[in-house]
Amino acid sequence: MLRDTLKTLLSAYGPSGNEHAVAEAVKGLIAAHVDSMRVDALGNLIVEKFGTDEHGKRIMFSAHMDHIGYVVTNIEENGFLRVNNVGGISLNLSTARHVIFENGVEGVLYCEPAKGEEKAMRHLFIDIGAESKEDAEQVVQLGDMAVYAPDYIELGDHRVASPAMDDRCCCALLCELLMYLDEPRNTVVGVFSSQEEVGVRGAKVAAYSVNPDIGVGLDVTAWGDTPEVKLPAVELGKGAAVKFIDRSMIASPAVRDALLKAAEDAGVPAQREVLPFGGQDGSAIQHTRAGVPAGCLSIPCRYVHSPVETIDMRDMEGALKILLKFVENA
Amino acid sequence: MDLKTLCGIHAPSGDEKRLRRAILEEARKLCGEENVRIDRMGNVLCHKKGTEVGRPHVCVSAHMDEVGFIILSATDDGLLQFRPIGSIDPRVVVSKRVLVGEDLLPGVIGALAIHLQTREDRERVLGYDNLYIDIGAKDKDEALGKCPPGTYAYFDTPYTPFGDGFVCAKALDDRVGCYNLLQLMQSGYPGDVTFCFVTQEEVGLRGSIGAAFTVRPDVCINLEGTAANDLGDVERRDEVCCAGQGVAVSFMDRSSVYQRKLFKKLLALADAGDIPHQVKRGVTGSNDAANYQRAAGGALACTLSVPCRYIHSGASVCCLDDIDAQYRLTRAFLLNA
Repeated sequence: MLRDTLKTLLSAYGPSGNEHAVAEAVKGLIAAHVDSMRVDALGNLIVEKFGTDEHGKRIMFSAHMDHIGYVVTNIEENGFLRVNNVGGISLNLSTARHVIFENGVEGVLYCEPAKGEEKAMRHLFIDIGAESKEDAEQVVQLGDMAVYAPDYIELGDHRVASPAMDDRCCCALLCELLMYLDEPRNTVVGVFSSQEEVGVRGAKVAAYSVNPDIGVGLDVTAWGDTPEVKLPAVELGKGAAVKFIDRSMIASPAVRDALLKAAEDAGVPAQREVLPFGGQDGSAIQHTRAGVPAGCLSIPCRYVHSPVETIDMRDMEGALKILLKFVENA
Repeated sequence: MDLKTLCGIHAPSGDEKRLRRAILEEARKLCGEENVRIDRMGNVLCHKKGTEVGRPHVCVSAHMDEVGFIILSATDDGLLQFRPIGSIDPRVVVSKRVLVGEDLLPGVIGALAIHLQTREDRERVLGYDNLYIDIGAKDKDEALGKCPPGTYAYFDTPYTPFGDGFVCAKALDDRVGCYNLLQLMQSGYPGDVTFCFVTQEEVGLRGSIGAAFTVRPDVCINLEGTAANDLGDVERRDEVCCAGQGVAVSFMDRSSVYQRKLFKKLLALADAGDIPHQVKRGVTGSNDAANYQRAAGGALACTLSVPCRYIHSGASVCCLDDIDAQYRLTRAFLLNA
């Protein structure tokens, strides 16, 4: 079930600022399980499942719909597209890639030969098979965004690799949470946020309008279990990771400890995540208005910001149990 | 108020009072005294009530401040030490005439005469640690007596029309936007419109943070001057935008990804109204639209820019027709919002 939800969401197109296809896919999955749904000016999908206790808390979970991509900045006379990065794109991973636009136009991304210059985004181009500028402009306009073409690669019994794993795996997790919650005492607000990859922008306005009592960001985190990679001390298959700190936030101790306790109560493993870089939606919740206690539950993910972001489904299943218990305990 | 007057008023970030005064007077005439206010960051917010209900509340914003300099101290021999306010390439300030302080004392940013330079000197870019403003003072006491730390200094550049419809001036970024705001305020619109003249954009989009929270518009159209890189042997992919080819409509820059539907609507309005326009072909620069887009519960936002060559220097160049195009496209949007 979790795997099917994930598969559905991984196939949706959604670079930062253009997340509506993901929002539509999410709506289709959860419409029957929530009490309200709305999309705000930034493209955040905000859904609520009302609590049974009118004095219950308002708990916001935020998982971002967008992923990294390339924006078309020039269409050249010969029909090639020049691009710039949207979010944290690695130049080293930007050659010989299959990419796709919202309207389904496919392209291959390549890099011109270096002429003694340091490689930069301006050397990249997308070939969509057009033979002239006019030809290209029939199907692509300036400002259109391309993403790594969707993929779904099963590795062994438990692992899945895909370009959009960051953060569709947590969108899937949040969908499942909303489906499984049965008459919760506390109100649960699910935010499927926009524009995280360009600086936690969607969650900032969502947190303001939701005005929660508690916030939890749901995101992937980096890994320390492949050759020559040791930090952070997080491994795939050892359970979801409770964040202590990253560049954007120091988790509120109460929320952090409540997540650890929820894991214990649910009888599933959890890892302690201390990340010396990175940021996620939890920070936007923590820093909105006069401040909100907030934390983050992470899914360990290898090769983040590449076309083969890899997670372990056992960590997803554990995370779902942790979140259900967390809502119950709050 | 004409563009020449607006560019002639000195208003670096944090020192916008002269420009604010001039704008305030004009705004009160155009919007009515009760509809104009100054907030705690020194922003001027002017509201015009719409003639119809149910229309979105649109904010049109431009920043008042320009780049300039601030005095830190003086050397024993009376040369003023300074830093830029906003980002100014130190290579463009050498030998420029400046005016210092409220009394507009004439000064010049000095550097070692070429006769005295070694080959190494000539190849090195002088940083702000090695640049001084000479006001003709004989010693430190005289220099600091006239220009104590915290005194602002301004580029001293006359407003000069040249070529076929171009103008060379300081502060075009963003007096072009201020000019168009004042033009737009002369008529009424179907929906509510708030015109915001904001402070401290050049030091990090600071004035508009508060303005955005106060106004909380449904839509923001931010009027800017942006860098045109359209001369010499620059490759087309690096031009960003071109002076003389119309108002530049942005899909994304460093501080915002603009909502697609607003971007498309502006392009459609420009097409329909035969308004010269170009899509900005780059994602450089940050501007106030970021704050309006993401204050409180969020708003739609887009930036419309006049392409300016040599931006953030003492003498930038833009095309008068592009300023007019910025006005026409914004007006078309306000009439159809």
